[in-house]
Amino acid sequence: MRIEGQFNDNVIVTSLDYFINWARLSALWPMTFGLACCAIEMMATGASRYDWDRFGMIPRASPRQSDLMIVAGTVTLKMASRVKKLYDQMAEPRYVIAMGCCATSGGPYWQHGYHVLKGVDRVIPVDVYVPGCPPRPESLLEGVMNLQEKIRHQTIAKVG
Amino acid sequence: MTPQEIFDALKSQFGDVIIDLTENVDTWIRVKPGSIADVCVFLHDDEAMKFESLMCLSGVDYEEHLSVVYHLSSSSHRHRITLKVEVPRDDPHVPTVEHLWLVANWHEREAYDMFGIVFDGHSDLRRILCPDDWEGHPLRKDYQVQEFYRGIKVEV
Repeated sequence: MRIEGQFNDNVIVTSLDYFINWARLSALWPMTFGLACCAIEMMATGASRYDWDRFGMIPRASPRQSDLMIVAGTVTLKMASRVKKLYDQMAEPRYVIAMGCCATSGGPYWQHGYHVLKGVDRVIPVDVYVPGCPPRPESLLEGVMNLQEKIRHQTIAKVG
Repeated sequence: MTPQEIFDALKSQFGDVIIDLTENVDTWIRVKPGSIADVCVFLHDDEAMKFESLMCLSGVDYEEHLSVVYHLSSSSHRHRITLKVEVPRDDPHVPTVEHLWLVANWHEREAYDMFGIVFDGHSDLRRILCPDDWEGHPLRKDYQVQEFYRGIKVEV
């Protein structure tokens, strides 16, 4: 039996990597997780003017349903263990955006902030750093697009 | 009442416990630490005083000693006064005023967290801002931050 002409236009030939990466990067569900003033910009990014729904991003209120953690704001040492716990509760594959200078490096608390974690990458791995204090929504969207680009080049094959 | 009148009334009521009056933007009266609760009961309950509101309770580190500062206000008489008590750095103890102004609960917890001032009789004297297992009291002038907190390096 020949398969030509059996499926009309409904067959697309592609690589599995391309297809899976496309699915993953088109539905990055972030966890609703704001820690400080960066959260205001993150909410603005989610609202109608910047509208991250265009990227398939729907905020989820549970780490179990989330693919992406946007660490939006100052991570205190008191909060650090909670951030780690939330990250551990997310299902793989999971991604992290460190939004703003505080989450990236401690920001203005770099020198004298005894209570602030000097960058969230000290407790969880970070994929994309978005600088700014706080970053404007355009910056955060740029960070999301960079993350999408990173996911686009992943592979499900085991390397090494 | 003017601060001077309040000072005179306290002096006649309590005597040596009331140390002195310092004219300033917020004129303050120094009180011996052990008697601050009794003085506050008088300021709270007396008809001529009627300080219904504790606007702020804060700790201060003056290096040679620690202080607790009480900003009181009366909306019925429209007067206000500031009280100060001085306590030694190595064993700071002050009676609580929580039973007079409930807001003192959190303020005293903050002064305890930041300066290590112990408020005797407080119903729930825990740290309020720092984690429970934090070491030291951060707003003291001689504060040395710990190197690690739960395995996380604290300073750069």
